[in-house]
Amino acid sequence: MNLSSLVIPVLLSAVAVYGLGKRVDVYAALTHGAEEGLTVLLRIVPALVGLLTAVSMFRASGAMEWLSGLFAPALELLGIPPETAPLLLVRPVSGNGALAVASDLMASHGPDSYVGRVAAVMLGSTETTFYTIAVYFGSAGITKTRHTVPAALAADLTGFAAAALAVRLFFGTGG
Amino acid sequence: MTMAWVWTGMVTLSLLFGLATGNLDAVANAALEGARSAVELGVSMAGILCLWSGVMEVMNACGLSAGLARLFRPILRRLLPNACRDTETLAAVSANVSANLLGLGNAATPLGIRAARRMARGCGGVASDELCLLVVLNTASIQLLPATIASVRAAAGCRTPFDILPAVWLASALSVTAGLAAAWLLSRGRKER
Repeated sequence: MNLSSLVIPVLLSAVAVYGLGKRVDVYAALTHGAEEGLTVLLRIVPALVGLLTAVSMFRASGAMEWLSGLFAPALELLGIPPETAPLLLVRPVSGNGALAVASDLMASHGPDSYVGRVAAVMLGSTETTFYTIAVYFGSAGITKTRHTVPAALAADLTGFAAAALAVRLFFGTGG
Repeated sequence: MTMAWVWTGMVTLSLLFGLATGNLDAVANAALEGARSAVELGVSMAGILCLWSGVMEVMNACGLSAGLARLFRPILRRLLPNACRDTETLAAVSANVSANLLGLGNAATPLGIRAARRMARGCGGVASDELCLLVVLNTASIQLLPATIASVRAAAGCRTPFDILPAVWLASALSVTAGLAAAWLLSRGRKER
């Protein structure tokens, strides 16, 4: 038995039992949350239609390979697979764009391949940096952001290199 | 507007590359195939995404996020000592961190903005060291259960979509540490000059 097969059923029942113990209507909360999941999806899908169209064209035309080749020497130095170059470029700008690029990488390399896993971990360990900075400073009325952008990009770059490192550590480069 | 430039650039580059390499048939097919696969991806993600959003909502209703927020208060007091003298800012920041941990992005952003607004009062549009730190914290991902990513993996045919969790946690921890360290070093460097 796989350990991760234990996690999901245990988590589901533990959360439900704990909630009932606290007299929370867990079923109503579950369905309400699921509804929110649908709203998220409704926002994601139109963006994905635009972005996956562009990403698929980009790959089919050979431009993706050219872009990856352009960044390959620098990325290999950091231990990052060059196939993920487009993901690195889109990630700080657009969350849905990153989702589209990552799902394209998983579809073409396989979700359990080295590149597929690195793409997933990159997506999970970084954020849409420029969007977040714009929203926070925009609503707080800040015009001088000082060292925020370089520090946030340092976090992103570390996240990308760490994603590749963590996948090599836990899964190796095979698969 | 950024995405308008990115999208136009990608599509135009694809056209030029397609013309140059003679792959134009494949590019045309890929455009239609991409649009189709987007909806397919959305449908195959839907179940898992909704289930986990539901589970997170149950955890939230059980008071787990309030508990997490309490847990993070001592750390946040150290990280943002000036801002956390104001109890309302401290409450907003700790709720922001716990919502981020649970992956409740929709809840996290308004809380973080409330904190940022309070911290920006009377500073004349210049971000303080602590405000920079708060924003850097929010540009790094600290999600415990990345449900969207797991659902994309499942949609791509992965049978154990959550097996990347330890790798995500390790990479997130390193990334957050690097962001905070960079913010600290840069703010010190500028003061000494």
